[in-house]
Amino acid sequence: MASKLKGTKAGFILALFTLSLAAVLVLAACGASNRSQSGQASLSGSIQIDGSSTVYPITEAVAEEFMNIYPDVNITVGVSGTGGGFKRFTAGETDMSNASRPIKDEEAAKAEENNIEYIELPVAYDGITVVVNKQNDWVDRLTVEELKKIWSPGSKVTKWSDIRPGWPNEKINLYGPGTDSGTFEYFTEVINGEAKKSRSDYTASEDDNVLVQGVSGDRYALGYFGFAYYLENSDKVRAVAIDGGSGPVEPTMETINNGTYKPLARPVFIYVNKKSLERPEVKEFVKFYMENAPELVEEIGYVPMPDSVYQENLNKIN
Amino acid sequence: MIRQDEMFSPGLQNRQRRNRIFKWIFLSANLLGLVVLAALLVKVMRDSWGWLDLQFISSFPSRFPEKAGILPALYGTVYLMIITAVFAIPLGIGAAVFLEEYAKKSKFLSIIQVNIYNLAGIPSIVYGILGLTVFVRWMMLGRSLLAGGLTMGLLILPVIIVTAQEAIRAVPQSWRHASYALGASKWQTIRYVVLPSALPGILTGIILALSRAIGETAPLIPIGALTFIRVIPGSLFDSFTVLPIQIYNWTSRPQDDFRAIAAAGIVVLLVVLLGMNSIAILLRNKYQGRIKEV
Repeated sequence: MASKLKGTKAGFILALFTLSLAAVLVLAACGASNRSQSGQASLSGSIQIDGSSTVYPITEAVAEEFMNIYPDVNITVGVSGTGGGFKRFTAGETDMSNASRPIKDEEAAKAEENNIEYIELPVAYDGITVVVNKQNDWVDRLTVEELKKIWSPGSKVTKWSDIRPGWPNEKINLYGPGTDSGTFEYFTEVINGEAKKSRSDYTASEDDNVLVQGVSGDRYALGYFGFAYYLENSDKVRAVAIDGGSGPVEPTMETINNGTYKPLARPVFIYVNKKSLERPEVKEFVKFYMENAPELVEEIGYVPMPDSVYQENLNKIN
Repeated sequence: MIRQDEMFSPGLQNRQRRNRIFKWIFLSANLLGLVVLAALLVKVMRDSWGWLDLQFISSFPSRFPEKAGILPALYGTVYLMIITAVFAIPLGIGAAVFLEEYAKKSKFLSIIQVNIYNLAGIPSIVYGILGLTVFVRWMMLGRSLLAGGLTMGLLILPVIIVTAQEAIRAVPQSWRHASYALGASKWQTIRYVVLPSALPGILTGIILALSRAIGETAPLIPIGALTFIRVIPGSLFDSFTVLPIQIYNWTSRPQDDFRAIAAAGIVVLLVVLLGMNSIAILLRNKYQGRIKEV
């Protein structure tokens, strides 16, 4: 009897809990629908976007701003990755695709097969930053050859002194992104000469925040990750100047923007379906994208293209 | 008799000591799990402190952590779980009843059985690819809530079937015989004797299965669950996102504040999980009480 009573009491509390959860949901929905009724509403429809997770924050920011002005346009952005996004884009499922690399030949062929015409619009630079610990006082710069010596498959580098004589005779601890990352693909392509070919005895993580933690707590660490993460953590790790043949250059907004930080900076793109571009809401969105990209891109921690590129993009869509 | 006492008494202290040792081993096994859970809860609560408020629950995603909210993901998760449950629970229990009560023991049956056990161990991404091919492409459901819910349903179906089978098997054979002796048909026996007494066990399986489904992201990524969406899904065919995908996206952002709202998202996910399980626990308590009265 006693245990039964207890059971009912617990049941009552649980029911109350479930009810309040439902109430919160309903309340939340009301609040939301009220909000979306403000603003002007001259455009309507929906825009479907998918693709790279690197480009996602830019498109998200633009979509957010755009939907503040045109609340009746419903924009959705997915993160299937550049390849996954192109698969949908070339099948005509999406209106736009975020891409951290240009479209590949076989993807372009697929688009042609399905009668999909598209335009390519570069929207920002994504830089890769090579970083060391704050207490590392011997590395002033690294050349591309040295990076290759460190990271190529079967590399013999195990100590700092293996890279350059005179550097400490201490074990070097390497940190880098996991093999599914676009940063990994790009770094291995420009440094090792072939995408996805890399030594594998390093601490890998898909989450760049883990790499920041690793390098910041390890005096003999060397790692690389996206420039946006370096910007956010420049108090914890130190960026290394890269010598691509014409002297060492530090990664900054300026050097990436004017093209002197080579070769670890790449443009990222959006691809727009030409047929979708005939719809007024898509055209307005792409226009809005190019007009607001310089400001929004920088806010997120990426490096904007020179203004002329955005102007050229605008000409392309008109 | 005397000889037996002599044999046992020297070992008595020893046996009691061993008893104590095992008690402590089992207790610490229990504590280990609890301590990890407590540490996780404390960490998440502390990280999310100050971020979890009504604004967070009622807002859409944003690039500003202080403006970002979880509303579409919250709705997506709740709707997805309802679809998953409506699809998987009747089907799972039905399959279990057939396998335990109707099917005759045969080689074919044991092949089916082994396959169901194997299905329960398949990586969830495989279900995502299956869902993409069958529900999204063949059945033309699109990248919708319905396609996601059906895929999740497939994912948890084996778990529900296996646990329901175990629960049905645990119902004493004599109860069935008693039911037949009173003139009940097979269906009546299943409906009024077997299922009610197996229900607590079945519900435990459902809790475990749905708890797994609510945290899954891998099967939904091929289906095309989104990250940025500013409408609440209004029909079965709308696009959607779910809490774990939103949380994962936030944890991978460079800015620290996004990790704080990711923690707040985890708290919301835990609350939804608790709410969902409380319904099942409520039902289980009800039926457990009824069996005791018998």
